[in-house]
Amino acid sequence: MPVNHHKNIIEIKNLSFAYSGELVLKNISLNIHEGDYLGIIGPNGSGKSTLLKLMLGLLKPSAGEVNLFGKPVSEFKDWYKLGYVSQKAVNFDPLFPVTVWEVVAMGRLGRRGLGKNLSDVDDKAIDKALVEVGMTEFRDRLIGDLSGGQQQRVFIARALAAEPAVIFLDEPTTGIDVETQEQFYSLLTKLNRERDLTLVLISHDIDVIAHEATELACINQTLVYHGEPKEFVKADYLEMLYGKNIRQILHGH
Amino acid sequence: MFEIFQYTFVVRGLVAGLIIGVIAPLVGIFLVLRRYSLIADTLAHVSLAGVAIGLLTGLNPLLTALGASALSSLAIERLRNSKKIYGETALSIFLSGSLALAVVLIGLSHGFNVDLFSYLFGSILTVRPQDIFIMILLALIIGILFILFFRELIYLSFDEDSAKVSGIPASIFNSAFILLSAATIAISIPIIGVLLISALLVLPVITALQFRRSFAYTLLYAEIISLSSIMVGIIGSFYLNIPSGGFIVLVMLAIFIVTFLIKKPKSRLMSW
Repeated sequence: MPVNHHKNIIEIKNLSFAYSGELVLKNISLNIHEGDYLGIIGPNGSGKSTLLKLMLGLLKPSAGEVNLFGKPVSEFKDWYKLGYVSQKAVNFDPLFPVTVWEVVAMGRLGRRGLGKNLSDVDDKAIDKALVEVGMTEFRDRLIGDLSGGQQQRVFIARALAAEPAVIFLDEPTTGIDVETQEQFYSLLTKLNRERDLTLVLISHDIDVIAHEATELACINQTLVYHGEPKEFVKADYLEMLYGKNIRQILHGH
Repeated sequence: MFEIFQYTFVVRGLVAGLIIGVIAPLVGIFLVLRRYSLIADTLAHVSLAGVAIGLLTGLNPLLTALGASALSSLAIERLRNSKKIYGETALSIFLSGSLALAVVLIGLSHGFNVDLFSYLFGSILTVRPQDIFIMILLALIIGILFILFFRELIYLSFDEDSAKVSGIPASIFNSAFILLSAATIAISIPIIGVLLISALLVLPVITALQFRRSFAYTLLYAEIISLSSIMVGIIGSFYLNIPSGGFIVLVMLAIFIVTFLIKKPKSRLMSW
């Protein structure tokens, strides 16, 4: 099926979120189209992770709504369409006894339905996802024994195994060296361009977003900017909105 | 050597031990990986209060222990999630509170009899014929639910947020899991004893974890350690005339120490 870049798959309308009486996000409206590679940036505590969790139904909005594939989050059922690579994925328990294959197999659960055994179709999807991220030779290794960059590829494979329409990533490269980060981002770009996979990426790294993403959203409690990354950089929105030290704010976390 | 099987209570004890030996690691592996070990200890103390109620009212102590443990497990979960108090303090409240209740109930009945010592430290004599039926029934329920849903449980224990996003109903699973843990703990009391149950759930699993294998193998190793320790412990306690729970746990502890010393942790893990 050809990708329709004008079709909204995620619609956020007038979304606000308060935590213990304090407003974290205020009146955010944002649409994500099929095939988009949306980079979300913003200073620490700007509410970008919260926004992601609201999109995924992990948090309930105080006001406004989120629609996934045309349905309100509360009525959404096709969860296998969403892949999620959380910040926590990098901070898992390194002693947890699961192999790479067992981790990627988790990705099939949503598609297969609760309490059912894995079938040949599932096995094939798991193997395919491992090939796609180049981790097949590590399939029987424990996840805790791999390097940070390899672990991150496995978590992408887990998301891919569900054969999702969109993958959400929350600062996936925290604690990974620069060279491995570059490989990781080129994998994401490949998935977006060649597989037409929609990506929503939270990152501190504004340079990566400016180069790789097709859309950029800058969040700081409100939606400060949404549009083409090049425009964002060219127009010096950053300095206009935050003053001259913005790059340090974004990088120094 | 086979004369011990002539005693029906020994056979009953061994059957009960085998049942517990199979289901304890199934529940224990998730208790350990979710850092819930202390909940096991707390629910064991709650079960003691349940046993005291049973002994006082003349109801089957295993059933009253089951009831007390199951109700408390849900209450503890709720209290922890309420965020009004710290998670561990919820456990302390239940641990000391139920122990206090047990002591008062025992005092009211002017100190039962030898039974109580058996419930604290385990004895194959404590297993009543009708207990076996309850144990088999619960073990079947726990086993079937585990076979159906172990993949979901692994996902939830490993990365709860991602598991939720993939559509797994986390709160139902968490409540069901804690309820099954409560049931496992309650039915383990006659053989292992209140004070030693957490060792039964934890030791075989942390021993198996030292081998650094897949989830499937870790569980298999834990099962082997659990079953063999229980068999050795029950038969040994019969010949030495000592509490079965204590002997079982000592066997498990010995296996753990040997494994821990032989299996050197990988250097990568040390650098984390």
